[in-house]
Amino acid sequence: MASKPRIKVPKSASAGEVITIKTLISHEMESGQRKDKDGNPIPRKIINKFTCTFEGQTVFECDLDPAISANPYFEFNAKVPASGTFKFTWLDDDGSVYEAEAPIEVK
Amino acid sequence: MKLTRRNVLGLTAGAAAFAVAGARVTPALASAEDAEKMIMEFTGGATPGEGKVSLNTPEIAENGNTVPVSVSVESAMEGDDLVESVIIFADGNPSPAVATFHFTEMSGEALATTRIRLAKTQNVIAVAKMKDGSVFMDKKQVKVTIGGCGG
Repeated sequence: MASKPRIKVPKSASAGEVITIKTLISHEMESGQRKDKDGNPIPRKIINKFTCTFEGQTVFECDLDPAISANPYFEFNAKVPASGTFKFTWLDDDGSVYEAEAPIEVK
Repeated sequence: MKLTRRNVLGLTAGAAAFAVAGARVTPALASAEDAEKMIMEFTGGATPGEGKVSLNTPEIAENGNTVPVSVSVESAMEGDDLVESVIIFADGNPSPAVATFHFTEMSGEALATTRIRLAKTQNVIAVAKMKDGSVFMDKKQVKVTIGGCGG
C-alpha cells in the first residue's frame, strides 16, 4: 500500500553535529471515523509506529494515533557521533513493515 | 412531602427527563474531559508545570486535514536533563490522542514536527515528561475552517 518512503538526511556532517532529518511516507491513514456511502464505518488502518535508529541505537520514536494526517511527515533531529547508517521503520496496523536507510559520512 | 404514589411517579419522570438531557450534553464535553484524563495518565497524576515546552501551531488552519504542528523542549538532552517523551493531544477531536514522541540522547535536541488532523476549532496540547519525572505543558488554540475527520 505504502509507496517508497522519502527521506532527507544530509550526506555528511562533522562529528557530534546535530542534524535535521525529514521523512515522508505515502499512506492513507484511514482513521476509522469515516463512513462509506452505505453508512458503514471504514475500518481503521494507520501506521501506528515510526522508529529511527542509528547503528542500532534509537534516535527517535513516535506512536501515531488516527489524528496524524495522511502521508505521515516527520521532522526531527539527530546527533551524529560517527559515520554510519540511519534506519527508518514504519509499522502498519495490518502488520506490514516499511523500511528505509540513509548513510551519513563524518568528515 | 408525603411519599404517595403520585409524588413518586412525578419525581421519577423528572429524573428521567434530566438524565436524557444530561446524556445529550455529554458528548460535546467528553473529548476535553478525555484529554484531561489522558494527560493525568501520562504524567502519573502530576500537574504539568508551565514553560520549557513550546508548541508551534498556525493560528488559523484552513484545512483541518493537515495542520503542521511543531514542538520543542528546552533541554541539554544529556544525563538527567533529558526529555523522555512528548505527547500531543487535540481536545476537540473524536479521540484526543494525536501522537507520542520518544527522544533519546541520540536525538541531540527535543524537537519534532508533524502534520495532524483537527476536526474543529480546538486546543492542541503538548505535555513533556523529563527523565527526572517533572512534566511541562503548552497549549495553543487552532481555529479550523474545514474539519479534518471526514465527517
